[in-house]
Amino acid sequence: MDLENQRRVKELTEKYGAENIVVVLGGAEAEAAGLAAETVTAGDPTFAGPLAGVQLGLAVYHIFELKEQVDAEIYEEQISMMEMVLDVPAINAEVGNMRDSHSKYGK
Amino acid sequence: MFPVIKGAAYALFHTPNILLDHGTTQTVERAKNPNSDYLKALPEHLRSFADCVDYAPNQAYIGNILPKSLEQVAKPWYENSRKGANRFGTRGEIMPEDEFYGVMKLVDSFDLVLIEEKFAIEVKELLAKHPAFAGANLSKLDKTSDEATIARQVEAHVAEPLRLGNRLVGCVRQAHDSDESLSAHIIFENISAMASAVVSVRNLFLKAGLDPRAVDYIIECSEEACGDMNQRGGGNFAKAIGEVVGCVNATGSDTRGFCAAPAHAMVTAAALVKAGVYKNVVVVAGGATAKLGMNGKDHAKKNLPILEDIMGGFAIWVSENDGINPIIRTDVVGRHTIGSGSSPQSVMQAIVTDPLDRNNIKLTEVDLFAVEMQNPEVTVPAGAGDVPLANYKMIAALGVKRGDIERADLNSFVEKHGMPGFAPTQGHVPSGVPVIGLAREAMMKGEIKRAMIIGKGSLFLARMTNLFDGVSFVMEANPGTTKQATGGIDEGEVRKLIAEAMRALAESLSDAK
Repeated sequence: MDLENQRRVKELTEKYGAENIVVVLGGAEAEAAGLAAETVTAGDPTFAGPLAGVQLGLAVYHIFELKEQVDAEIYEEQISMMEMVLDVPAINAEVGNMRDSHSKYGK
Repeated sequence: MFPVIKGAAYALFHTPNILLDHGTTQTVERAKNPNSDYLKALPEHLRSFADCVDYAPNQAYIGNILPKSLEQVAKPWYENSRKGANRFGTRGEIMPEDEFYGVMKLVDSFDLVLIEEKFAIEVKELLAKHPAFAGANLSKLDKTSDEATIARQVEAHVAEPLRLGNRLVGCVRQAHDSDESLSAHIIFENISAMASAVVSVRNLFLKAGLDPRAVDYIIECSEEACGDMNQRGGGNFAKAIGEVVGCVNATGSDTRGFCAAPAHAMVTAAALVKAGVYKNVVVVAGGATAKLGMNGKDHAKKNLPILEDIMGGFAIWVSENDGINPIIRTDVVGRHTIGSGSSPQSVMQAIVTDPLDRNNIKLTEVDLFAVEMQNPEVTVPAGAGDVPLANYKMIAALGVKRGDIERADLNSFVEKHGMPGFAPTQGHVPSGVPVIGLAREAMMKGEIKRAMIIGKGSLFLARMTNLFDGVSFVMEANPGTTKQATGGIDEGEVRKLIAEAMRALAESLSDAK
């Protein structure tokens, strides 16, 4: 996860409280999405950004996991094409694993 | 009449020492953690020039093999190179670092590049034998400096080193003592961009038989900015490049747009030729030192060679319709507009299907799509996925949503209308343009009729807008358009007929007198 996004997640969490934050990912690869999920729960695994060593434990989901929560028309317009292109089960499994292992909220 | 593409040349530059000193992944790491394990391990992962030349995707970039043939090369490609490959290709070359340093000296107009005497003699000999530098004035290489002077400047941090392993062979000096836009680092970056562009243009002259004096206009579309503190991106690379390669009758300008810049530049070049403003326009870009070793940490961690040890460059000649070379359909141009929306769907629709729909061309009637052609062996280990494959699948998925393609045919569409990625991850370099050369040749041979070249850019990286960008255009085999504009009769023939009629009229009038 890039350093700027880490900074924004950290600031928003400090402002609103970890229990009130949900991070929605749009990563195109299971590994990259998993790393982002790990970053906002267990801390930056690369130890490069503001979340290095910071265990926020946030609720984190990939947008594919939230299909049922999204207006069907908007999902169709914004996401359905990528759903055809990407490895959805692998992405969902990776983000789900990170959430189960490190999230304090939203399980 | 539509303008044509008369030639395209491509060059790679194997620059492992520049990677160590100037790639941003390395410079940031060195500033933060100079003793890091990555920096210590890095030299062991660097490739030799021979390995870089043999590497199949690099051979595809310079035209010696077709990208499609990469499907037959066992993976990982870096372990299955065909040894003894040629550094010169049908569409360009792969240049070693020593020759590249020599070119950096040749393009320098302000005595900012210093080179050591013995090295200068060696590199002058090399460039004197280089086919793309035949007849070039190499006298700047006679102006040399002693090693102590060079070392002193580097140690005083007023110059960036030119190294070949442990050997210091030169340096690039700062051009001002307090202007950050003219620091040694920026000057190094800009002279590298210019030198790699010059080699690309020289290859275009050589391969396409273009006379530098025939060039009217140059559009440079790399990702660097040259200027000073009062106009940081003032420019103008294009004219500076043109001066070095002898385009005495040309002027030019720089076009920017992140990775989409080359597609913007091509559309602009085509428009200028179609409007009759200029006859011959060259679109050119050199490489980016910053991106060398960009994903090096992932490559080293996964025990891969550092595959981003090359800068890229290209040069494309856009000219008046000759009835032979492939045309640029200036009426089939796609653009992601400010109001297009940013979801992948709306982006692909704006760039790919909207322009085709406006011209009643079906998705399946485009033989070849040129998307972002990044080499997947570089991006997959870094977690960025197979970029071209994802783009091809997006085009196919859009086709499925529109009903152009059956869901079951998604993969076969990708197979038929796409190709594996083969271009270096230099931002602007992989974005559509690497395919222009091979598409042009395939059209000349009658193998394909139509290709769509797509450039996409991440404008949000500059923090000025959250918008994405994308531009596309269509290339087509030339239907012999010199006869088309006048309904099947050659324009010259029409002129001749009118002239004859006028002469006959004049004669009949004078006879009547």
